[in-house]
Amino acid sequence: MKLREGLERIATFPHVVVSWVDDAGYPLSVATSFGADADGVLLDAPALPIPTDRELVVVGSHIHPQPGIGYDERRYVSLWGRAATADDGRLAFTPNRAWGWDEQVMPFFEYSERSVPQSRRYLERLSAERGMLVKPRLAFGWLALRTTRLPFLTATFVPVLLGLAIAARHGAFDIWTALLTLIGASLAHLAINVTNDIFDELSGADAANPNPTQFSGGSRVVYYGLVSMRQLATLAGGLYAAAIIIGLILLAMRPSMALLLIGIAGMLVGYSYTGPPLKLVYRGLGEIAVAIGFGPIMLLGAYAVQTGRVAVEPFVASLPVAILIALILYVNEIPDRRSDAAASKRTLVVRLAPRTVTRIYLVAAVLAFALIVLGVVTGITPWPTLIALAAVPLAMRVHTGIQQHYNSPYALMAVMGTNVKLHLYVGLLLLVGYLAALAVTLLR
Amino acid sequence: MGWLSGPVEALLHTALVSELTVIRADGRPITHPLIPLYDGDRILMHSSTLFSKKLEHIKANPRVAVSLSDPVGNKGLTDRATIQGDARVIEDDPHRQWEKLILQLWRAKEPAIDDFLKARVALPLFFERSVIEITPRRCLFWPNGDTSEPPLVTNAPAEVAA
Repeated sequence: MKLREGLERIATFPHVVVSWVDDAGYPLSVATSFGADADGVLLDAPALPIPTDRELVVVGSHIHPQPGIGYDERRYVSLWGRAATADDGRLAFTPNRAWGWDEQVMPFFEYSERSVPQSRRYLERLSAERGMLVKPRLAFGWLALRTTRLPFLTATFVPVLLGLAIAARHGAFDIWTALLTLIGASLAHLAINVTNDIFDELSGADAANPNPTQFSGGSRVVYYGLVSMRQLATLAGGLYAAAIIIGLILLAMRPSMALLLIGIAGMLVGYSYTGPPLKLVYRGLGEIAVAIGFGPIMLLGAYAVQTGRVAVEPFVASLPVAILIALILYVNEIPDRRSDAAASKRTLVVRLAPRTVTRIYLVAAVLAFALIVLGVVTGITPWPTLIALAAVPLAMRVHTGIQQHYNSPYALMAVMGTNVKLHLYVGLLLLVGYLAALAVTLLR
Repeated sequence: MGWLSGPVEALLHTALVSELTVIRADGRPITHPLIPLYDGDRILMHSSTLFSKKLEHIKANPRVAVSLSDPVGNKGLTDRATIQGDARVIEDDPHRQWEKLILQLWRAKEPAIDDFLKARVALPLFFERSVIEITPRRCLFWPNGDTSEPPLVTNAPAEVAA
């Protein structure tokens, strides 16, 4: 904090606490009233003599009690310097350094994120003192959830379940291969999440991002010291291996060239999202990769497992899902844009002006719903899928939210949450539409 | 039981914020606003490893002072006090130990902490914490907070000081 800013801020407090080290070697503090201007602080001399021969720290501190909760509005300013007796008997304090924090200027979560390196250093020193590793911990379930970003699996469930529903409507459904498909696709998704985090940590994107949210900024488990890079790499390898094994089992059960090609394409797109040499997300191609991976690949893959072929209808049905999953990534990149840019991650949001980002969101969301209508109008998809249009208001809320909170990461969290719901609800409503169409088919 | 006077204990039991001053390696003072807790004998504070510089200072020099000075943070109590003492950092297990030592006292002053604890997965490093245990040695007390008057000074009984 600059000295002038410190003086301006300390002038807003009703009193200050002056501290120094007394002759016995203990800190000693006394509160007093004061006045402050751009030149310094005039302290009203308390009865306890404030020394003029040593360094003082003058602190203004404020909280606002919240009964039943605790407190908020935390802010404080510290000024270091020396005092001299003024003509009027008061003490003229001349600071030479200032420090402070105001949670309304820097939110607590950002302050905490900026302090992560301090925690890492402290725990490293503590480990050295003890001669044993002292590291932060989380209960296994929470750690697994955080490391794999488990809640994002809805992005997999939606296209896989849709693909299975369309296959069922086309007369092909086997529960065991359906379950294996869901498990295999989920494992592949988790492997991609973990791989993404490995490359984000290696590129410095985690360290450069002081504003992660529950939807953006990755798992940060390595950055926090919860998990080692080796453990994360082992986990990614294990998840990929498990996904590949399930893919091979499915291929053995349902031999199909289409399924083989879809599986290979899925793995390549998933890895290349952040992995070298393509690093698609670093080139502004992340949205396209995610759209392809969690749209046509997942949906056609699930369909192909059941039918042994690909078809036009599942492809058309995958397009709105693909656009909406890409829009999740797109909106989640908004709060990450500065740290992404610092880590040379040239996402679409990094490349484009805020107004363009917002407009593209609207165009893409409209296109997603237009494709649902077009599918029905052309007779490719069944009319009950029009029920997905019920989610249009969610898209409008997200668009408005982006406009209002573009520069406020924490206010944007609710918008990102609504955007995730948009994808999920559209997917579930499409599924309901397909199940209704299936019921009609079965009843005929 | 402790030797601090009733009004000072009332401040410690009530205050939502105090100013903990510690001594840096270069001998200069540095002050940290912290929530004070009191078990009837020792003053207990706590710090996340995220904001751990104060812990390093205390380990290098355990002499500290705690100022209770803000009538707003003291919920209307106007008395003021400064307590000088010796601190030690307790961190055998920064993940769990603090919960046993201070969670009940912390919760009494800041009930919202239970909600934060439920979201521990979102703030893992915030809950890696060390406890600062302060043994009071000397207390300066200003009735009605009037520091233009000399403080009432009391020292720890000989058995505590020893």
